[in-house]
Amino acid sequence: MEALDQELDEAELEMPTEPMLLNVGPAHPAMHGTVRCVMELSGEIIEHVDVQVGYLHRGFEKMCERGTWTQVFPYVDRCNYVSPMLNNVGFALACEKMLGVTVPERCQWYRMILGELARMSDHLTCDGAMAMELGAFTPFLWMIKAREMIWDLMEEETGARLTHSFGRVGGMASPPTENLKENARAVTKHILSVIEEVEKLLLGNRIFLDRLEGVGIITQADAISLGWTGPCLRATGVPYDVRKASPYLKYDEVEFEVPVGSASDCFDRFMVRLAEMRQSAHIIEQCCQRMADSGPVNVTDPRIILPPKEEVYSTIEGTIQHFKIVMEGLKLPAGEVYSYSEGGNGELGFYLVSDGSGTPYRVRIRPPCFLITAGLERVITGAMMADVVPSFGSLNMIGGECDR
Amino acid sequence: MSKALIDLVKKQFGAAVLESHSLFGDDTLVVEASAWRDVSGFLRDDPACQMDMLTDLTAVDYPEREPRFEIVAHFYSLSKGHRLRLKTRTGDEEGDDAEVDSLCEFWASANWMEREIFDMFGVTFKNHPDLRRILLYPEFEGHPLRKDYPADKIQPLIAYRDVPNIEKIAPFSVDEGMSFGRQTHTQPRHDTDDSSVN
Repeated sequence: MEALDQELDEAELEMPTEPMLLNVGPAHPAMHGTVRCVMELSGEIIEHVDVQVGYLHRGFEKMCERGTWTQVFPYVDRCNYVSPMLNNVGFALACEKMLGVTVPERCQWYRMILGELARMSDHLTCDGAMAMELGAFTPFLWMIKAREMIWDLMEEETGARLTHSFGRVGGMASPPTENLKENARAVTKHILSVIEEVEKLLLGNRIFLDRLEGVGIITQADAISLGWTGPCLRATGVPYDVRKASPYLKYDEVEFEVPVGSASDCFDRFMVRLAEMRQSAHIIEQCCQRMADSGPVNVTDPRIILPPKEEVYSTIEGTIQHFKIVMEGLKLPAGEVYSYSEGGNGELGFYLVSDGSGTPYRVRIRPPCFLITAGLERVITGAMMADVVPSFGSLNMIGGECDR
Repeated sequence: MSKALIDLVKKQFGAAVLESHSLFGDDTLVVEASAWRDVSGFLRDDPACQMDMLTDLTAVDYPEREPRFEIVAHFYSLSKGHRLRLKTRTGDEEGDDAEVDSLCEFWASANWMEREIFDMFGVTFKNHPDLRRILLYPEFEGHPLRKDYPADKIQPLIAYRDVPNIEKIAPFSVDEGMSFGRQTHTQPRHDTDDSSVN
């Protein structure tokens, strides 16, 4: 019998290699259930990648062309289902820009409080999921618990945890509850303490840092060219935030900073989101101080806002008003408008075309996620297979918004 | 503010600019389809414009117009802080021959957004590196955001199971959700006799 440990000729060991094709997703937990990546691997290095989206396409824009402008609100809720309030407000702002109306001050503060809370819930989800995908389950549970508090508050305010459909053109569906400020302060206080604990748990963790630092780098020029906005763009060092660049609501009257990163890797994107939550808490505190406890929330134009129910049932004017708005829909002047606000992932734009009837002619949502996901190819080409998980997690792809 | 921008482009491409307006505070330029690429490149490279970001690119279908499609781009300049909407028109009555130049060479964001327009409207982009459907599946027939695509049409990838005594209904009926304000979607609809899609 020959010896098994005999010296082999090195050349004989060289086996012919060919690139391996690997499918990740759409039903893969790291792809958040809605994206498919076809990768060509050489060893563990990704040579080429084809990112395929669309598994959650529901024909959002086609559906919008079939109802009234007000009936679009439930649909925008389901675009970014982690921070639906920002979408609600964004769409309401677009319609109001067309109508040329401004909601009362109290409503603007109210929208800001709810919007910033929604932004926090967005960032909590993203950072929590990122940590979980890298094996740190505890921060994920803490952050999701904190997010649950935000959703409890939202339920108190709007009646629904997740898909609120709470925005209205010219105001909100109902005025703030009495306990809003108290609840908002309690929630933000809790979230700030969660952030601190999470930082203590993660930022000294060698494994966590090694998997994020220097991973998923994109150049600033690439990010701009790809149309990235929001935390992902700010992580590359560009201080572009719609709230600062072209303030809407009352953002020009509150103090806050725009946190930016420098290395534009996954770690920076993680840290920018944490820093933004602190800024959001700061904004919420200022809004609570300045929001009046009483006063009108909706505009008074009867062509825009539904009359109170008592009037509908007791006066003819109220009945007609109600009928006109419900059956014909409120009428936006003919024309087109592009309105933008800062969503959880960046510039959330609405391009609306109206033909003057009560039905939208075209509703185009500019989804920040879609363009960010378009950049995934550049981020992970040339990286290791294992880097896909933190890179994809840090981009915070929201299926509903990406695929609409 | 970007009124000056409109004048600048008009001076540079006088003949190609079809119209311009500033509605609801948004400055808009409409150019010939043949000048689409040149004007976009100018907007990016000219020191007075510096549109380094193509924020949005989409299309609108006006079936009664000729050319039928409007391609709408929204530019933003990070350094100058100004915005501009640029539009062009293309495509005949049937929606064929709708073609404009791709902007992928200027902005990487154009890649996916042009694929989406191709997917939803059937507008093709010249010199696009990878023009295929993005949100829908390759087997899908037609372009759903065209106004003549019936909203209640269904194209399941796998035919529904044939279960006796159970009627499959489309997610929308023809006029469901339509307000009284407009009834323009009542074009002659495709026959849905096709047994695979009933």
